[in-house]
Amino acid sequence: MDEEAVRRAVARMAREIVERNAGVKGLILVGIHRRGVELADLVAEEIEKSEGQKIPNGTLDITLYRDDLSVIGPRPVIGSSDIPTDIEGRAVVIVDDVCYTGRTARAAMDHLADFGRPERIYLCVLVDRGGRELPIQPDFVGRHFDVTPAEDVAVLVPKEDGRLAVELRKTE
Amino acid sequence: MTKTVEFGKDLTGLEGLSLAQITTILDVAEPFKEISERPIKKVPVLRGKTIVNLFYEPSTRTRVSFEFAEKRLSADTVNISGSGSSIVKGESLVDTARNLEAMRIDMVVMRHGSSGAAQFLADRIPSNVINAGDGQHEHPTQGLLDMLTIRDHMGGIEGRRVCIVGDILHSRVARSNIYGLAKLGAEVAVCGPPTLIPHGIEDIGVTVFKRVEEAIEWAEVLNVLRLQLERMEAGYIPSLREYNRFFGISVARLERAPRDVLILHPGPMNRGVEIDSHVADGPHSVILRQVTNGVAIRMAVLYLLAGGSPERAEAAKMENRA
Repeated sequence: MDEEAVRRAVARMAREIVERNAGVKGLILVGIHRRGVELADLVAEEIEKSEGQKIPNGTLDITLYRDDLSVIGPRPVIGSSDIPTDIEGRAVVIVDDVCYTGRTARAAMDHLADFGRPERIYLCVLVDRGGRELPIQPDFVGRHFDVTPAEDVAVLVPKEDGRLAVELRKTE
Repeated sequence: MTKTVEFGKDLTGLEGLSLAQITTILDVAEPFKEISERPIKKVPVLRGKTIVNLFYEPSTRTRVSFEFAEKRLSADTVNISGSGSSIVKGESLVDTARNLEAMRIDMVVMRHGSSGAAQFLADRIPSNVINAGDGQHEHPTQGLLDMLTIRDHMGGIEGRRVCIVGDILHSRVARSNIYGLAKLGAEVAVCGPPTLIPHGIEDIGVTVFKRVEEAIEWAEVLNVLRLQLERMEAGYIPSLREYNRFFGISVARLERAPRDVLILHPGPMNRGVEIDSHVADGPHSVILRQVTNGVAIRMAVLYLLAGGSPERAEAAKMENRA
């Protein structure tokens, strides 16, 4: 996907979110570190453009909620989690770059529960590559890719990678 | 992906750590600070891990700080203190530890009166061992939290002038500070009565000030150590009053400094001996910040040591999935 394709997908997901939520009332976007944070910013911009209203936008680092510390060891880079408003009774949209095994989404939901009890949680991802290991499905998807385990989906975002795109790569 | 810094099984001292390892611990402690400010001060990262806090010497701050750190990471903890356990019945350290291991523990945090006790234990049991102070050797987590506090307030450690004041000879806090600060590129000095300064300390690049006034003129940070009352009985100093006269950190002394001096103290304080109350409670004292940072540092150390074995990590990386 080139930049145009990504932007169109983001714009469509933004519309779908507003439609499903019947407006922007009670909506909070939460991006997962690191690339989900930038994508959440893009989705928020789109919603603001169409609805003329800023919606709260937070970040979540799920490192400490992962279930694989004993398998792959500690990750030395832990970002901060910052939820700007009380999530009690709100509709929280978790935004991430890729949905694969579903373990990140599970960890994100556990993490959100420590901030309160949202009315509901949506999952919005730019790429759904299949291969789920948990009964979790995204609500808003930019694009489905059939990807074998030997391939990798790379989502590139401006601040991290210098450009906006999605690329399929062979894993070495 | 960021380059991973490997940690060994144990943390027994800062002397054996690399600059990269120390920096990683300080950096990892940053996000852990935020967890203690949340309404729900808990993350599940060490769920299911069992940690024993084995304290052969009395301690409030360090033990409670470790315990909070462990609980906020969701570990299960047991506290064993010298009195009231089989330790007073004469059980050896290794026997105590092996019995604990037989109950399937994952980590031991130990405070012990003998220098080298932490390493001794670490070499003999498969669990992770964290040194919470061993004799006159090291107190690595205290050194780390002191450095984190200095970094918070000075914006960095490299090139900063830090003077440790007091009983350097017997102090494990001084030792961990000197090793750690030197690795991070600080200029380190010590100041105290000649009887309490180790011989040859200049040889490892530490400046010695005989008069506290000179130390205050030079330093940007003072780490004021607790003067143990036993030192007077043992004849190292004539009297507490005299110590206060010559080495006590007072407002009057600090006012003569050419700059604001950051004041640290590892606690517990003897107010009116090594530090005056107006200094301890004054605007440049970060003593309570040290206590807050202590929990974050200990969380970082527990987290970094609790990781899986390198072999399993390699195997997992092979089938890695973003």
